[in-house]
Amino acid sequence: MEKGRNIGLARAKARSTAKAATVFLLPALILIAIFIVYPVIDTFAISGFKWNGISADKIFNGLGNWKELLHDEMFWKSFEHNLIVMVFSILLQIPIGMLLATFLDAGGKKFNFFKIIWFLPYLMSSVAIAFLFVYALATNGGLISSLATIINGKRTTIDLLGKAPNALYTIIGVMAWQFTPFYMVYFIAGYGNIDTTIYEAAIIDGATRGQYIRHIAIPLLGPIFKTACTMSLIGSLKYFDMIWNMTQGGPAGTTELMATYMYKLSFQQFNMGYGSTVAAGMFILITAIALLFNKVFKVKEDY
Amino acid sequence: MNEYKKSKIKSKIAWGIAIFFALIQLVLTLTPFFFMIVNSFRKQFDMLQQGVFHLPDPWYFKNYFEVVTHGFFGYFLRSVIVVAISLILMLAISAFAAYPLARMKFKLNAFIYATIVAMMSVPMHVTLIPIFKLTTNVGLYDSLGSLIGPYVAFALPMSVFILTAFMKTIPKEIEESAEIDGCNKFKNFFKIILPLSKSGLSTLAIYNGVSMWNEFAFANTFLITPAKKTLPLALGQFKGEHSLNIPINMAVLTLSVLPMIILFIIFQDKLVKGMMAGAVKG
Repeated sequence: MEKGRNIGLARAKARSTAKAATVFLLPALILIAIFIVYPVIDTFAISGFKWNGISADKIFNGLGNWKELLHDEMFWKSFEHNLIVMVFSILLQIPIGMLLATFLDAGGKKFNFFKIIWFLPYLMSSVAIAFLFVYALATNGGLISSLATIINGKRTTIDLLGKAPNALYTIIGVMAWQFTPFYMVYFIAGYGNIDTTIYEAAIIDGATRGQYIRHIAIPLLGPIFKTACTMSLIGSLKYFDMIWNMTQGGPAGTTELMATYMYKLSFQQFNMGYGSTVAAGMFILITAIALLFNKVFKVKEDY
Repeated sequence: MNEYKKSKIKSKIAWGIAIFFALIQLVLTLTPFFFMIVNSFRKQFDMLQQGVFHLPDPWYFKNYFEVVTHGFFGYFLRSVIVVAISLILMLAISAFAAYPLARMKFKLNAFIYATIVAMMSVPMHVTLIPIFKLTTNVGLYDSLGSLIGPYVAFALPMSVFILTAFMKTIPKEIEESAEIDGCNKFKNFFKIILPLSKSGLSTLAIYNGVSMWNEFAFANTFLITPAKKTLPLALGQFKGEHSLNIPINMAVLTLSVLPMIILFIIFQDKLVKGMMAGAVKG
């Protein structure tokens, strides 16, 4: 009797808990379903059609769009640009961010001034940075060309954004300017999490600060380093705002990225069927690269 | 002793080199800001005549007057409205969702949590066309309302993730004793859990507030009429109207960055913490 009543009570309690949980979770689940899950599915669905985004007639194209994507030079070129941006982002932003953090960690509170100034670029929106650098790097009245003119003693122009190989690397530089402070703060937090007794013990054992950083702190930062790389990797593969406002993929498509290409197709040429295919392709590539990266790194950690 | 002296000299040299590079980084960081602020105080044609390294002569303040009287506050106000509504909704909904995930036992808990967390890695561009379709279908296209849904939804996964971890740290006993006193789950949430989650919520508010404030792609796609656009679009709007007047554009930029810098100076630690929390999202 007693036992049966307990089971009944437990069941009633579980039921009321489930009910409460449903009520609490419902708004979040509905929003995520409407604005994330359904759109991702719909993007794949639209990728099978020829459609201009406005008119009612959607023409079913089967795998036609996907075949086109496989042979679309512009898409693969954009992907290549994304990969270049990705590699240089990881090579520039993370090491510099780490050096700055190491400097601040070693110097302590008296370097707070450096920290505040160094952080400033990250407070600007990508759009504002794009507009600022379009003017600051202009051949006419820009910083670099003006500096070159002063050094040369005669009018000199250095075209950083309007010429083919320069533009992509200029953008990589501006991205480093924007995002390095983020990784700096990230590594500062990482250093902050290392137990101070470890440092004290190392110093008592006769280690110099340089030895402490090289042999103790950096190995301890390993996992943080990996997360930072993953963030930089995903961030550079879906990069959009700044490029869109700086070059719109130009000159002649040399700074086109997957996201700008997709946006152009969909919202300037109103080729939303194929635009969706590009978006879906981008989704697949980003997911694949992120998974691959995590796998490779895991193997390395086992050594 | 000799060894000691040697290592001391060595460390001094190392610090010298480090400070040298630190100063270079300082110059690299500040030069674009210097360019922006100094040029915003010039007359239109003074910039090319005087050169960019020359201080403005005379200092000219009318650019700011011009920007402020030509709709800048409208953009600013619309951004404030969208961010405020989206943030309040987002914080309420994510706290709601995090509560059962952190503190209740039910069958689908782990599955729902994993699904929500997985949503963090979906790039917004993959959702842009369907959401565009949706906004036109429900008649929200070209209105501020079109932004609120996507802003809230895309901030949810990360916020639920952080808040769930946060709410797990609140001791179980507090809730249990309240339950004995006759509180149900809803009373528990509003009387105990929500007040205790304040610091987690404020961190999330700052991080997501900054990214909503700066959001460009959704706003650029859904807002067409200038009188409906938000602040990140104001830059393009002013550039379109005054493409040759660089100083006016610099004034717009300075005004749009200023609130962030003031916020940073006031809430330095919170902001940095918020960005760290956002780091998991990438």
